[in-house]
Parts: sequence; C-alpha cells; structure tokens
Amino acid sequence: MKEDSLEIGGVEINCRLFVGTGKFSSHALMREVLLAAKADVTTVALRRVDNGAKADNILDYIPSGCKVMINTSGARTADEAVRIARLARAAGAGNWIKIEVIADNRYLLPDNLETLKATETLVQEGFVVFPYMSPDLTVARRLAECGAAAVMPLGAPIGSNRGLKTKELVAIMIKEIKAPIIVDAGLGKPSEACECMEMGCAAVLVNTAIAVSRNPIDYARAFSQAVQAGRLAYLSGLVESVDEARASSPLTGFLRDGD
Amino acid sequence: MKVRINGVDERISEANLTLEQLIADRGLSPKKVVIELNLSIVPRKQWPQVTLQDSDSIEIVSFVGGG
Repeated sequence: MKEDSLEIGGVEINCRLFVGTGKFSSHALMREVLLAAKADVTTVALRRVDNGAKADNILDYIPSGCKVMINTSGARTADEAVRIARLARAAGAGNWIKIEVIADNRYLLPDNLETLKATETLVQEGFVVFPYMSPDLTVARRLAECGAAAVMPLGAPIGSNRGLKTKELVAIMIKEIKAPIIVDAGLGKPSEACECMEMGCAAVLVNTAIAVSRNPIDYARAFSQAVQAGRLAYLSGLVESVDEARASSPLTGFLRDGD
Repeated sequence: MKVRINGVDERISEANLTLEQLIADRGLSPKKVVIELNLSIVPRKQWPQVTLQDSDSIEIVSFVGGG
C-alpha cells in the first residue's frame, strides 16, 4: 500500500479523482480519459435496453484495475434505488453502489431522507455504499453511522460546472465526520477540485466538466494534477493568512546610512 | 398473452416463450443484459427454463455511461 492511499471496502485507491463515464462522445474516448486521469474509481448507470441495441458493453471499455461504482440514477425513491443496486449486482457489476435518489427535476438535488433509507438497506445487504447527498451534517452523520463507505455531498447541481458552492457545509462535514467525504457533482474547473482537496476531502468525483471539455483527455489530466496538488497541500498543512504584509526578505542590512 | 416489457404492454402470440428466446428475438446479447421478472432478478442460467406467463412484467436493463 502506498503512503497516502485511500482504502475503501478493502480496495486501495491511489487516484483521488473519481471520473464518471457519462456524456462522452464514444466509449473509446471515455477509456482514454480514465487512463489519462489514472482513475482508480469510475461510475456507470443502469438503463432499460432498446430492442436490437447492439451497442458495445461499456464495462468492456473500463481499464482493468479501475473499480466500477454503479449509480442508481433514475431512482426517485429508496425502493427504486435498492432495486437498481440489486440488478447491478446480479449483472456482475460488483457491490459498489453510488446512491442517487432524486425527486427534483430542475436542480437534480438529492432526496436525503430516501437516500438514508436506501443506504441502511444496502449496507445490510453487503453493498459498499456511497450516498450522494445535499450537504447536511445530521444526515451525513446518520449515513456514516449506518455504514456508508463514504459520504458524497454535492458541490453544485449536477452538470452545472459551478464549483464548490457548498463550501461551508462541506467543511463542517469534513471536520465532524470520520467517514471519507467525497465532493460529487458541480465541479467545473481543476482549481475547484484542488480547493476541495486542500480542505481535506478524501476525493472528488467529476464527470460533466471533463466530458464536455474541448479536450477531455487533457482536461482529465489537469483535474488529476489539481487533485494531487490539493491533497499534498492539505497533508502539508495550509498556511495561515493575515491581513497585513510580512516581508519575506530580511528587514536589516540595507545599503543605507545608519542601518 | 399480454406482458409488460420495459414499461410497454406487448402481445406475445408464442406459447412457452422462454426468457432466453425473448432476448434472442429482440436482438440482444445475453451477456450484456439483466432480466427482472415481476420484480425478481432471474439469473442468466435459468433463462432457458423460465417461460413468460400472462400479465408478467419484465425489465431488461444494461449498463450505460453515467456520473
């Protein structure tokens, strides 16, 4: 195990940038992006199949060694999320589940209460559960208590690329919750991912920003480096900021009479 | 016989249609899909034995890109 790896469900995660697989123009490009980011964790969704759908199996394009987390997107209730999780496991996709229960079509904000219910059920059924949630300390605490592998607060609405709009609440969660905090959704720029990591997030999950970039492969690389930079800064301890200047060159020995 | 497949009502004229045959008829690759029959998942190895009954509700799903 490397010095600063994150361990979840017995899996060693070295890359703290999780990359989603949605919205890419091809499975092949998605694969290149995961490789460029050196992603250790990715996400996929489950959907109804159209007749005659000959499309390639997306799972075949995920690099070996990259852990797949199935999201329950499309679920509006805890029961639907549980049903999707069971289907995913039966399909041989493993037992890592990102719970996404959304009842709001405009902002796609998660239903924290149904998310908590689904988490309780799926943890009991042996899943490794990653609940996506609106940042709320009490809910996060309950999710962690009932065995969530990590808690995933949103930074901004899904696909909005607006950055970490929930910073104060996420900061409180990081301080108070022992489970890893992974910011999921809304990050648009590498600097925003870096900011999350500097604060002490265990990881971030990015999809849309990378997929819609003019150059997804390089954008993924940029995110990956930003995540590493932020993590390193967090481990080093962020320095204190002050209002007034503090000279960085010595204040003595000037070439001036009387000094 | 009337069944509901992926939320759409369909008439099936064939008697004793197995899940295996259903997937083949729809041009799907068995390795890429999962079948849920009346809210219970049917393991792939049982597909050749399980036949559709009137009023069955079937979901056929597979993996797609998502965040």
